[in-house]
Amino acid sequence: MTPFSRVTGVVAPLDRSNVDTDQIIPKQFLKRIERSGFGPYLFYDWRRTKDFVLDRPEYRGAGILVTGANFGCGSSREHATWALLDAGFRVVIAPSFADIFLSNCLRVGLLPVALAEADVRRLIELAGSRPGAQLTVDLGTQSIHAPGIDLSFAIDPFWRDCLLNGWDEITLTLKQEAEIAAFEARRPDWLPALTSPG
Amino acid sequence: MTLTLAQKLWDRHLVRRVPAEPDLLYVDLHLVHEVTSPQAFESLRLNGRRVRRPDLTLATMDHNVPTAGGRERADAISQRQMQALEENCAREGIVLYGIGSPRQGIVHVIGPELGLTQPGMLIACGDSHTSTHGAFGALAFGIGTSEVEHVLATQCMRLFRPKDMAVTVDGSLPIGVTAKDLALSVIGRLGVAGGQGYIVEYRGSTVRSLSMEARMTVCNMTIEAGARAGMVAPDEVTASYLGGRPYAPSNWAQARSDWDELVTDPDASFDRELLIDAEELEPYVTWGTNPGQSVPVTSRVPAPRGEADERALAYMALEPGQAIQEISVDRVFIGSCTNARLDDLRLAASVIRGRRVHPKVRAMVVPGSAAVKRAAEGEGLDVVFRGAGFEWRDAGCSMCLGMNPDILAPGQRCASTSNRNFEGRQGSGGRTHLLSPPMAAAAAIAGHLVDVREMAS
Ligand code: SF4
Repeated sequence: MTPFSRVTGVVAPLDRSNVDTDQIIPKQFLKRIERSGFGPYLFYDWRRTKDFVLDRPEYRGAGILVTGANFGCGSSREHATWALLDAGFRVVIAPSFADIFLSNCLRVGLLPVALAEADVRRLIELAGSRPGAQLTVDLGTQSIHAPGIDLSFAIDPFWRDCLLNGWDEITLTLKQEAEIAAFEARRPDWLPALTSPG
Repeated sequence: MTLTLAQKLWDRHLVRRVPAEPDLLYVDLHLVHEVTSPQAFESLRLNGRRVRRPDLTLATMDHNVPTAGGRERADAISQRQMQALEENCAREGIVLYGIGSPRQGIVHVIGPELGLTQPGMLIACGDSHTSTHGAFGALAFGIGTSEVEHVLATQCMRLFRPKDMAVTVDGSLPIGVTAKDLALSVIGRLGVAGGQGYIVEYRGSTVRSLSMEARMTVCNMTIEAGARAGMVAPDEVTASYLGGRPYAPSNWAQARSDWDELVTDPDASFDRELLIDAEELEPYVTWGTNPGQSVPVTSRVPAPRGEADERALAYMALEPGQAIQEISVDRVFIGSCTNARLDDLRLAASVIRGRRVHPKVRAMVVPGSAAVKRAAEGEGLDVVFRGAGFEWRDAGCSMCLGMNPDILAPGQRCASTSNRNFEGRQGSGGRTHLLSPPMAAAAAIAGHLVDVREMAS
């Protein structure tokens, strides 16, 4: 994972709650076997309706998405986070995130920032009233800045360290080999196992 | 110490716990399918890693498989995904029940029917509806592709412990009301984010009297309330379902006595509790674009409470105050990991026996697995469905998510037994009403949404 420390970018507002991963990346684009190339299909159906907010020129190249509660609900497809990253987003700010989406974000290096509803509202208004306005999101100090705006956010310290250092979760877990093997040795013997086809 | 079932299961799988880190948990069964796994296998290979426990990993093809005409009917990129899965499984020694295998089917249907899903296990799969397996008193988590890779490489997952919620349902379900209606009612009460951060345990006399298949429907839909997992403590119903299945425990007596411990202790407390009186439930239908937007079939499209509702009404082309039973449908889909098991098909068939699908409706039954299909054919259900004008298809996810050729055309309206009515879920511009299998069958006959209780023969 690419380390994440601090991002300054245009903030784009998507003022909707319960945005599901079927909207973020519709299923017809899940057929790729790579992790890249999903950006052009981000919010595909919404982009085909005119005046979709993210298509306005002011928000081109935005790096920060600010949106409503329960963002990323529905399907577990990690393609949703890949599409956001591929389209240039590094941070999503919302009052809350769906559990699996949040866990996907942390593993791909897309920073999920949960803020109080009122603070999210301020940012949506900032992005709407001053299109092209930039925000700085600093993971080390857990703070967000823009002219007239200073906010702080909470994030779990373990995942913060993983993101800051770009640690790979598998490498971390493989260090626990001895404990995993010990656990395997004490698993009940009636648990099912599949026999190899070969 | 008094513990909830979820806490007991969690502790049983704890490989490592250190302060301020998520727990490391051991995965007893990892289910893999063609859509969320290729990137995981690829990155595993690029990092020179192998699958740690191919013997605890099972793969199938379900999401994008054609349900008629075999593999050749799949588009080129779907074929490429299926081929990638075959190559990955062959390289890593993973059992794959692909198209044509008598054991192929939707991942959440085949795990239980093979007896692989057992009480006390921790199950992971790159699909949100993994919560289905909780019906057996297992901890079952849907995960993303990076976590799939992590499980492949380490057989573990890393998770902070969710909170505990109890949903207690007492009383008997009225005639015509099914597990699907119970599930829709729970989501309606909690809201689509109400379960966030929780594992839900379903309890109470109603839950105890549900069949395994009905319990699976309820646990399956738990994810639609935003919860991390859903579960039901194992009992006699669980054991008799599992007995004799291909992967049922060989050491049956020992397993049985172990399962007896899998209950929430009498004094254990939950972080949140919800009580439901089963007698008050009705058949529900969704009117909007998320599974929390449902009403009893006997009522009307509600007035919008805010901008999200207005957008949903506009997308669904519905007017507030319109009677639900006046909404006509173009398509009917009986299928998905929520409602395509043998019980579901029996219930639907009982409604249509001796009747005909409305001439303007195209109706389709897609069994949840090849085994469900065979069993249904064994009791002649295919004859009932076909005779009434339903298409009788091969197993797969099909129109639940429309990754294969089975999709809605823009503007088409579908009565569907699946689990998501999101915009475009069943096809771009398509409109989905979620309901139970008998309600879907009734809609196919009537040509509009209808109260199945009034169609009883
Ligand atoms: S049937 Fe639908 S919900 Fe179930 S696994 Fe398939 S796509 Fe997912």
